[in-house]
Amino acid sequence: MTTTAPPPAGGRVASGAPLAIRTSGLRRTFVSRGGGTVEAVAGVDLEVRDGEIFGFLGPNGAGKTTTLRMLATLLVPSGGQAMVAGADLLTQGSLVRRRIGYVGQSGGSDLVETGRDELVFQGRLHGMTKTEARARAADLLETLEIESCADRKTQTYSGGQRRRLDIAIGLMHRPRLVFLDEPTTGLDPQARAHLWQEVRKLRDGGTTVFLTTHYLEEADALCDRLAIIDRGRIVIEGTPDELKREVAGDAITLSLIGEPADAFAQLQALPFVREASAEDGLIRLYVDRGETAMPALMRALDAANLEMATLTVARPSLDDVFLAKTGRSLRDDNPNSSARSGEKP
Amino acid sequence: MNVLRDTALVFRRYILQTLRNPVWMFFGIVQPIMYLVLFAPLLVKVASSTPGFPQGGAYNVFIPGLLVQLGLFGASGVGFGLITELRLGVIERFRVTPISRISLLLGRALRDVVIITAQSVLLVLCAIPFGLTLSAVGILVALLLIGLIGLLTASLSYTIALAVKSEDAFAPIVFGVTLPLLLLSGVLLPLQLAPDWLRTVAAFNPLKYAVDAARSAFNTHFTDVAVVQGFAVMLVLAIIGVLLAARAFGRAVA
Repeated sequence: MTTTAPPPAGGRVASGAPLAIRTSGLRRTFVSRGGGTVEAVAGVDLEVRDGEIFGFLGPNGAGKTTTLRMLATLLVPSGGQAMVAGADLLTQGSLVRRRIGYVGQSGGSDLVETGRDELVFQGRLHGMTKTEARARAADLLETLEIESCADRKTQTYSGGQRRRLDIAIGLMHRPRLVFLDEPTTGLDPQARAHLWQEVRKLRDGGTTVFLTTHYLEEADALCDRLAIIDRGRIVIEGTPDELKREVAGDAITLSLIGEPADAFAQLQALPFVREASAEDGLIRLYVDRGETAMPALMRALDAANLEMATLTVARPSLDDVFLAKTGRSLRDDNPNSSARSGEKP
Repeated sequence: MNVLRDTALVFRRYILQTLRNPVWMFFGIVQPIMYLVLFAPLLVKVASSTPGFPQGGAYNVFIPGLLVQLGLFGASGVGFGLITELRLGVIERFRVTPISRISLLLGRALRDVVIITAQSVLLVLCAIPFGLTLSAVGILVALLLIGLIGLLTASLSYTIALAVKSEDAFAPIVFGVTLPLLLLSGVLLPLQLAPDWLRTVAAFNPLKYAVDAARSAFNTHFTDVAVVQGFAVMLVLAIIGVLLAARAFGRAVA
C-alpha cells in the first residue's frame, strides 16, 4: 500500500486496532464499615474496539458498575490506567466527559420535566445552542419512537419509554462511545427486545456501546464481545461463541437418586468427562460430544449401581462458561435472568 | 465551559421548575405571615414598656428578624429536592457532561435566593398595614443580607444533602440545627433582653450578627458597626459555604 495511514484521530490508539477503551490494572477499593478496605475492582485489563457492542457480564456486586463508573469519570480509580474515547481517564477527565455518553442505572431524567425539555437541557449542558439542541432532540425523539410522549412529564412514562428517553439523553451530543449501565433491567420482554434493536442500530451507526448486564441472554444475543467479571476480576473475555467454545463440548446435568456422596468423584474420574461440577445435588459434566458420552455414562452408572433421577443434555451457555470459570452459577443469584425474565430483580 | 452561561442554564431549569409549581412558594411564606399576624401584635406593648427593648418600634424590630427566619427556613430545606434528584440519577447525569461544577451549585442556589427575596418583599408589603415604617435603602440593604443568608443556608443544605443522600438522615440534621440557631439569634425577642449567659452563647451564633445588621438597616442606621459586622460575617460564611457545596457537587456519588 502506498497510501499513508490517516493520522490517529482523537479516539484512536496509535498502535493496533482502534480502541474505544483500553484499561490496564484498573482498581477501586472502598473503605468498608468495619474500617477495612474492600477491593470492588481488583485490576481490570480491558480492550473495547471502536464500533462494537461490548458487554460486561457478571453477578450483582461483581464490580461491573464500579468499573463503568470509573470509566465514565464518576469514580476516581484507586490504581491503574485507562484511555477512554482517546483521552486519558486520569488526566483528561473533562475531555472524556465531552466525548462519552453515559446512561446510569437509575436513568437520569427528572420526573417533573418533559422528555423534550430534558433532551434540550442535556444538549445545552454539552454546549449546543438552543436551536441545535431542539433539532437534535426532535431527531432523537423520532428515532427512539418516543415522540408521542415527548411533551408529557416523564413521571407518566412507561418503563420502556423512560429507558429510551434516558438513552436519548445520553446520545444528545453524538458521543462516539456510550455507556449503558444495566439498560434493560426491569423491562418487560417486549421492551427489552425493542431496546436491543436500538442498541444494534447505534452500533451500526458507528457508535461504540459499552454495557453491563447480568442477563445471560442479553450478553449472548446483543454483544459482539464480552467480558465476564466476578469478584472484581475479569474471568474471561471474547466473543460469545469464543467463550462457549472455551468451555468446549456439551453439558450433561444429572441428579442421582439418594444423592450418594461418593458419586461425584466417580463421575468426575470418567475418562470422557473433561470437567465436572456439583451444586445442590446437581452434577454437571462437560463432555466433548454429548451423543457419544451418554451411552458410556449410562454404562458407568449401571456398573456403579447408581440410578439417575433427572437428566438433561445441553449445548454450553454463557452460564456454563461462568460456572466453569468461577465454580458458581450466574443464575443462582439472578433467578430472573432465565428465559421468563422481565420482572425486577 | 463558561461559568456564567452554565450558571444561567442551571438557574433557568430550576426557576422554571419552581414557577411551574408556585404553590410551594406560598407555603414558604405562610409561617412568617402567621408570626406577623398572630404574634407580632403582642410585641407592641412589650416594646414600649420594656426597658432595653431596641428602638424603632415593635414591627421595625420584629420584621427584620422574621426575614432572617424566612431566609433560614426557606433555604434549609432545599436539600430535599436534591436528594430526590440524586436518587433519580439526575445529578450523576449532569456530572458526566462538561458543565462546570460550581455552576451546578450556583444555578440552583441563585434560584433559592430569588425565591427567598420574592417572599421577603411579599412579607414586607404585608407588614406595612401593621405599622412597619419603610425606608427604600433600608429594605434594599436588608434584602441583600437576606440573600446572603439564603445563599449560605442553601449551600450548606446542598452540602449536607450530598453527604447523607437520604431524607431520613437529612431531616433531623436540618431541624436540629436551624431551630437553636434561630432562637439564639434574637429573632422572636431581642437578645438585649437575654441574661448574660444566653448573650454569651449567642455571640457565637453568626446568625445573630445578621439579625442585628438587618435591624440596624431597617432603622436606617447604616453606619452602625452591626451592619458592617453582619455583612462581613455573612459574606465570609457564604463564600465558604459556596466553595464547600461546589466541591461536594464535584464529588457527589449517588
